[in-house]
Amino acid sequence: MRIESRLAQIGSVSEPVTGAVSYPIYNATAFRHPRLGQSTGFDYSRTKNPTRAVLEEAIAELEAGDAGFAFSTGMAALQTIFSLFRSGDHLIVSLDLYGGTYRLLERIMGKFGVTASYVDTNDLEALERCRTESTRAVLIETPTNPLMMVTDLAAVSAWARSRGLLTIVDNTLLTPFFQRPLELGADIVVHSATKYLGGHNDVLAGLVVTKGKELSEEMAFLHNSIGSVLGPNDSWLLMRGMKTLALRMERHQENATRIAQYLEGHPLVAEVFYPGLESHPAYSIQRKQASGNTGIFSFKVTDARLVEPILRHIRLIAFAESLGGVESLMTYPAVQTHADIPEAIRRQVGVDDRLLRFSVGIEHADDLIADLEQALVAAEEETKGAGSRG
Amino acid sequence: MAEDRQRSDNERTPDFATRLIHFGSEIDRTTGAASFPIYQTSTFHHFDLEHPPVHDYTRSGNPTRQALEDYIATLEGGARGFAFASGMAAISAACFLLSAGDHLICTEDVYGGTYRLLTTILSRMNIETTFVDMTDLEQVKAALRPNTKAVFLETPSNPTLKITDIRAVAGWAKENGLLTMLDNTFMTPYHQRPIELGIDIVLHSATKFLGGHSDVLAGLAVAATDELGVRLKQIQNGLGNVLGVQDSWLLIRGMKTLQARMEAHERSARTLASWLAAHPEIARVYYPGLSDHPGREIQEAQSRGYGAVVSFDVGSGERARRLLGRVKLPLVAVSLGAVESILSYPAMMSHAAMPPEVRAERGITDGLLRYSVGLEAVDDLIADLEQALR
Ligand SMILES: Cc1ncc(COP(=O)(O)O)c(C=O)c1O
Ligand SMILES: Cc1ncc(COP(=O)(O)O)c(C=O)c1O
Repeated sequence: MRIESRLAQIGSVSEPVTGAVSYPIYNATAFRHPRLGQSTGFDYSRTKNPTRAVLEEAIAELEAGDAGFAFSTGMAALQTIFSLFRSGDHLIVSLDLYGGTYRLLERIMGKFGVTASYVDTNDLEALERCRTESTRAVLIETPTNPLMMVTDLAAVSAWARSRGLLTIVDNTLLTPFFQRPLELGADIVVHSATKYLGGHNDVLAGLVVTKGKELSEEMAFLHNSIGSVLGPNDSWLLMRGMKTLALRMERHQENATRIAQYLEGHPLVAEVFYPGLESHPAYSIQRKQASGNTGIFSFKVTDARLVEPILRHIRLIAFAESLGGVESLMTYPAVQTHADIPEAIRRQVGVDDRLLRFSVGIEHADDLIADLEQALVAAEEETKGAGSRG
Repeated sequence: MAEDRQRSDNERTPDFATRLIHFGSEIDRTTGAASFPIYQTSTFHHFDLEHPPVHDYTRSGNPTRQALEDYIATLEGGARGFAFASGMAAISAACFLLSAGDHLICTEDVYGGTYRLLTTILSRMNIETTFVDMTDLEQVKAALRPNTKAVFLETPSNPTLKITDIRAVAGWAKENGLLTMLDNTFMTPYHQRPIELGIDIVLHSATKFLGGHSDVLAGLAVAATDELGVRLKQIQNGLGNVLGVQDSWLLIRGMKTLQARMEAHERSARTLASWLAAHPEIARVYYPGLSDHPGREIQEAQSRGYGAVVSFDVGSGERARRLLGRVKLPLVAVSLGAVESILSYPAMMSHAAMPPEVRAERGITDGLLRYSVGLEAVDDLIADLEQALR
């Protein structure tokens, strides 16, 4: 079955009693045992809940893995993955990393004695250099957020496997509709399903898919023991969102490409970071490993003073954190998502005060371009004025 | 009864019942709605770069979850409250305040999930736990080491309802600079407010009495001080194991009837416990409200009642099974603390993983049953047990 069909039918043939095509929300926390020593397969919702289970099976299948797990947030998913490791273990992690993941590694896993090195994961020599006896895994975001650095997943997974390391891929930005890291050799895929999978900026969720029996069992143990599970209402809402994933991703990609092209030619824009542009250095790797491009990109304006007025003047585009929803959002990474990453690392990757991140929604591209255009014009007017006054 | 009334009149904060209804967020300020709205959003628009909104991303803060968090903080008399995806997520978050190399002292008959968390996930992070009989302060003192950082209490314990003197342990811990955490699930703030007795962090599986309807999985934590609150907030946001918005709303809804439910639950539990104690077929009854319970005095000094969980031993595994097969009213299931009565069999459910010798030592025999007394008429519950025992 093609992925579009699988998506459209999540949960719709799973309910055998009434035939409901939208899977019921099982709010129950406890399940009656038919007889002592017998179970319906469900005992206690933290361990397994029918609504959550349908979602978990769906994501496992979509990502071509063996088991799926739903968490209260993307961070909870990542934290539970990190609990696979122990004090003394070391991880190699993408340099341009989501700020919350960096914070989790440094502030929490760090004090447990789990350490991380941050490198350009596309540089195999750099990976080899920071590998130590205690290295256990590589964590990759591709493309990265906000700078859209692309890692060759097949190459890095093969390297990791040959060194006995797990490969973990944060697939939030592409979703299984465009990229399936397990098929490229990764062991674990993780999502902030708050983003494209949910797609409506209305549910916080994290998903994990594992490959292999042992890893899947270990993840099930941690999922239940740490208890950061997704509630049944949110599970249902997330499935509802996922049914339109294919349509949304196609439109996100189309809009993002058009707007990135528009900004690339704009005099107030110094640089556009989007792997869907032929000018992007990883354009061909991206084409090789993914069937499409995400709906988010970043751009640098020519002058940091433009940022504040642009954010003030945008009307259609909301100024808010997060990404991946049907509505367009603009974020200022240096002060919002990446405030926790030290200045030195931020500079090294290029998250500076001229950088804006644009999560392109599914509105009409013409309207979005018009909104950007008027905001850029107004911002230019103001900074000119400020300059002459100063 | 009269005696209990008197006791509670001396001890109780005068307006607990009123605070349950008027907790600050009972009315929506914008529309006047009498039920707080469900803010099903992941992110919030920044109207102005200079003045960010109170909540910018739901993992970090959400109005509905905040209403719940303020609610539990008020009820427990603490500085800040936090809502988590499950009781285990709340307990994990509190334990994550510790660092590699730290040592913890814990109640030996702690909830099985907490035991598992401490002995697997936390021990891998090089945090060691000593389990002691917390009702014996000498044992607690003897467990102190130079690297001891915290004490974890659960009282009454599960399933044999042993009572720890909270003031004594908290006082000793304070003298030794240790952090104290207490799992208050069985009592709820209606019966017992540990912060008033010197505890630093109160934890709940709100899945139980606080939610009260077996329909929401949730955990709550309350920090006694702002300083601890700030640390817990960082952990909560960092781990992302937050409670979903609809579940937060559902829990608030459940908590409004906490006092009405707890009063009824407890009244029936006392009646049931006395009836069981007088029944010739019952070998032993564990309930802190019975006159021969060794912890009764301490319980009366530190809490307003005895709770609604009664454990009893029918003498053998065979008789326990027969009873479980014959009862008609209670759900035979794990979990507790709901409007419906729930009968569980620790030897095969919650404590199945415990080696038989250890179980026997702790009184968790093959004949032991745990009855969570619901809101059905107690006469019906008794009649049902009577026919099952016959
Ligand atoms: C790539 C990526 N991974 C993980 C996360 C964390 O997910 P959540 O916010 O759902 O906890 C985010 C977003 O915040 C993200 O963008
Ligand atoms: C005393 C106690 N603490 C903690 C927990 C764990 O809470 P939850 O199941 O909500 O994760 C439970 C129940 O399962 C419990 O009974």
